[in-house]
Amino acid sequence: MRFIDEYRDGELVKGIVGKVNELLEELGREVKIMEVCGTHTMAIARHGLRNLFRRNLDLISGPGCPVCVTPGSGFSLVFQAAETGRTVATFGDMMRVPLNGRSLSTLRGEGFDIRVVYSPYDALKMAEEEPEKEFVMAGIGFETTSPLFASVILECNRRGVRNLRLISLFRLMPPALNTLLEAGDLQIDGLILPGHVSTIIGVKPYVEIVEKHGVPAVVTGFEPVDIVESIRMILRQLVENRRMVENEYTRTVRHEGNVKAVRLMQEVFKPVDAEWRGLGKIAGSGLALREEFRLFDAVEAYGLKPVETGEPPGCLCGEVIRGSRKPVECRLYRKICRPDNPVGPCMVSSEGTCAAYYYAGIEK
Amino acid sequence: MCLGIPGRIEEVRGTEATVSFGGTRRSVRLDLLDNVSVGDYVIVHAGFAIEVLDQETALQMLNTLREVFRE
Repeated sequence: MRFIDEYRDGELVKGIVGKVNELLEELGREVKIMEVCGTHTMAIARHGLRNLFRRNLDLISGPGCPVCVTPGSGFSLVFQAAETGRTVATFGDMMRVPLNGRSLSTLRGEGFDIRVVYSPYDALKMAEEEPEKEFVMAGIGFETTSPLFASVILECNRRGVRNLRLISLFRLMPPALNTLLEAGDLQIDGLILPGHVSTIIGVKPYVEIVEKHGVPAVVTGFEPVDIVESIRMILRQLVENRRMVENEYTRTVRHEGNVKAVRLMQEVFKPVDAEWRGLGKIAGSGLALREEFRLFDAVEAYGLKPVETGEPPGCLCGEVIRGSRKPVECRLYRKICRPDNPVGPCMVSSEGTCAAYYYAGIEK
Repeated sequence: MCLGIPGRIEEVRGTEATVSFGGTRRSVRLDLLDNVSVGDYVIVHAGFAIEVLDQETALQMLNTLREVFRE
């Protein structure tokens, strides 16, 4: 496919990797680079990129898997919506997340109406086609995804659709990155920044964070050429002693981002403090519906109450999300916790670090 | 979940477009973009086009990389 195949050119990847390894040799110390986004984690695993580099490059995965960072209390709201007779529309990624021995998938087996949608717009179409039912969208995702839901809410408003509501569990990436770097314990040498979050928010929101923490960062596309080139750009910054935000994914990411999408997101949502699995509560890192759109708030309309749930015993998902532990360090990984029997969300989501490691066959 | 796939716009109908992904056609929402035309490549995430791909920049970057790193 055009604009994909060209970026999977093995010879070109090999050429760039050669330079990466030269730079790694020149640096001569261990270099730790975090890929923030789960889609990058999956791409690195799928294309086997990890094995191409000199041993002194350590690629660690960050908090960029939306399903993984959503705490159990968030999922409990979605479960309640289904259990109280509403039709839940969700992305497929959430279906098998375990919560106290159940999942949306098992709830569906118990007869509750839970439907997997490819797009939030599908939920709007279903709500129009079945006006006698009350629909609830599970709103999970980062800045890439929340503008889509904002546009669906605005469309509901315009068309007078009143049987579709939202549980907003959206999270914002820059505050989480800031929190992670502030903690300082990971000693990250460079950041591979999420390409599609950046497509929406642009390059600017990272500048202050990078300046404050002095970490080279590169906005990156999702194909092998993009990823190895981004690693080369980060290493180059380290060798030249520069610390700045660069953009490798110039074919898609504009410096100012998608201004219209950000405007829609801000029209419908306001930032609120939010809890992240593994990172705790982060100021201004979530999104809630604004007063004018309260009508669409499923939590308020149906009196849903978040139920605090502990982490599954032995599960390291929280540490894996913050990059402080790797899946292979977990006693459950591959033995008890597998994609067909996931203990925590990091093994469920197609973007979860544990799932990425599992499918790449990484054993130690 | 932040998956975005580039596809070519084949037809625009108001706020919707038919987009071809290597021959597979899908209906895609255009709410987040202004001024898209047939022949544009857009990045599609969960049924919405989130940005127009800059074809010229894409080719320039590829050519530069090929010149420097491909034997």
